[in-house]
Amino acid sequence: MSSVAEPQTTTRYIDALAQGMRTAMQEDERVVLLGIDVGAGGGIFTVTRGLHEEFGSERVIDTPISEMGYVGAGVGAAMTGLRPIVEIMFMDFVGVCLDPILNQAAKLGYMTAGALQIPIVFRTQTGAGRSAGAQHSQSLEAWFAHVPGLKVVMPATVTDAHDLLVAAVRDPNPVVFIENRRLYGMRGQAGEDPLPLGQARVARSGDEVTVVTWGQSLRECLSAADESSASLEVIDLRSLVPLDMETVIASVRRTGRLLVVHEAVQDFGAGGEIAARVADELFDELRTPVRRIGTPSVPMPFSPELERTLLPGAAAIAAAGEALLAEG
Amino acid sequence: MHAVTSQHEPPPAQLRRNLFASMALIRAFETRVAELYRDGDIPGFVHTSLGQEAVAAGVGLALRDEDYLATTHRGHGHCLAKGVDVDGMMGELFARVTGLCRGTGGSMHIADPSHGVIGANAIVGASLPLAVGAGLSSKLLHQDRVAVAFFGEGAVNQGSFHESVNLAAIWDLPVIFVCENNIYAEFTDSRAMTRVPCVADRAAAYGIEAHTLDGNDADVVYAATAAAAERCRAGEGPILLEAETYRWHGHYEGDAQPYKPDDESLAWRDRDPLTIAEARLVHDDTATAEELAAVRADAGARVDAAVEAARAADVPAHEEAFQHVFSR
Repeated sequence: MSSVAEPQTTTRYIDALAQGMRTAMQEDERVVLLGIDVGAGGGIFTVTRGLHEEFGSERVIDTPISEMGYVGAGVGAAMTGLRPIVEIMFMDFVGVCLDPILNQAAKLGYMTAGALQIPIVFRTQTGAGRSAGAQHSQSLEAWFAHVPGLKVVMPATVTDAHDLLVAAVRDPNPVVFIENRRLYGMRGQAGEDPLPLGQARVARSGDEVTVVTWGQSLRECLSAADESSASLEVIDLRSLVPLDMETVIASVRRTGRLLVVHEAVQDFGAGGEIAARVADELFDELRTPVRRIGTPSVPMPFSPELERTLLPGAAAIAAAGEALLAEG
Repeated sequence: MHAVTSQHEPPPAQLRRNLFASMALIRAFETRVAELYRDGDIPGFVHTSLGQEAVAAGVGLALRDEDYLATTHRGHGHCLAKGVDVDGMMGELFARVTGLCRGTGGSMHIADPSHGVIGANAIVGASLPLAVGAGLSSKLLHQDRVAVAFFGEGAVNQGSFHESVNLAAIWDLPVIFVCENNIYAEFTDSRAMTRVPCVADRAAAYGIEAHTLDGNDADVVYAATAAAAERCRAGEGPILLEAETYRWHGHYEGDAQPYKPDDESLAWRDRDPLTIAEARLVHDDTATAEELAAVRADAGARVDAAVEAARAADVPAHEEAFQHVFSR
């Protein structure tokens, strides 16, 4: 049963996701779920547990290990009246089903001058830090943010796991919805009030350094804010597309310093785009150059020790904040 | 060699005249488009279906208006046979605001959901998963609509063929997979690209029914498609039709086709689908040669009018480039 029924006031991120899908399926019978093991098996991370029993095999549909086929079919179904949530088990697996996302979902609304609408959510998860190896650890959100026509959402909190998922399903566009499996067990406040996509959140107020982040890295940034001698203002973007630059600009205008933090590799990452936009708009108001912290550009190694040294952690973020303060 | 099957009753007289008229329109359209492209009046890439008109007409006329159709880069004929407006198509080829996609799509991306056409597609093999999705919508929304995926024999070595046919089979979807086997996959003789040159033979691997048809005989294609659609509507699942035909022109307009033997091209020109239909209609007194000549002349005049309308239409304004990236 839903964790909402439990007496406690908090729920787990993973249960908030399930509740988000339940909410979406209850409010619109055109919403269906497609994916590998999502049915009676409940998903390899148990995210979809209980949904098959509740909604039946016509709406919670197990697929073969056939991502190009069922992701493409999801796009075709979205064009013709359904509102599919299609699960791609690990984000790394988009390599075998990129065409339906890149060339079909992202473009066909535009290329038909709006005659086709493609309301689909590509639900997937990432998350390095558990020795999953280089083919099960990549954060590829920048790929999708680079393609016009896709929205890209990365919930960092339990509340947003529910609310952003419901908002993504309600959105009439293709949405790449990226969870982080290291957050699955995290507890927090259950969400119930979805906002439209594209509104960043000031997760921690501060006045010396603006730290912009999204997804799992939010936790590290909040820990850094606790530890650091610098006063960090932490902004959770929630989505890369739409990108709420207004919130970022307003903060940097006050602090004069910007640090962007993401789990994805730093080179050509979304941090570069945010840095460039802030530099464009606030060049004269910046007290220091913009800094970025991402994972170094190496395929993620299996070794837990190596992996730990590569991922952006709270200590490095706190130190970067202090270094910015010392710079100017 | 495999047997070419045509066990169905021939279509009634009026339908056979309609099949001829549909082929005549496609012939006139494609002939004119080839000239316009040669003369530089149409931008981009153009792939004509001259010689393959019987497949388009036979399939298109056997479907209901609301049935779904997903097609290929060589899709003009399929769209015309499905009832898509000639002016809208020509306007799109000319990249005018009167085009079906207001000049955002072009020759390879004609779409008209009001006639069930969910799009021509420039990615080889992309039509199949989209049609499977349309079939899934039809089934789950209890709509009684059939989905057709057109593709060439060059697409059957794509993974999307394998994945899509399997998905449609396991879910018993109302999908007709129509392979136009025109022997050449772009510049390459596709018989050298597989040990199984008969596409219909592949159906056994998915447990579905398949037939190889004389794709230059519209009566045969019509009867087989009508029977397949009936099967689909009865809930008996997908079917594969392989229509053997020949592409008169190159892969694209301007392709000199050095890879085709002359005698082969000439032999297939002798099997012109319009001539075959004409001879039979006249022979069994369904129409006179004069009537059929008038049908061809009408088709030519219709296309001429569309060309004039397209020439006179406006090109899109700059602001139009920014519309429909996202739906609201």
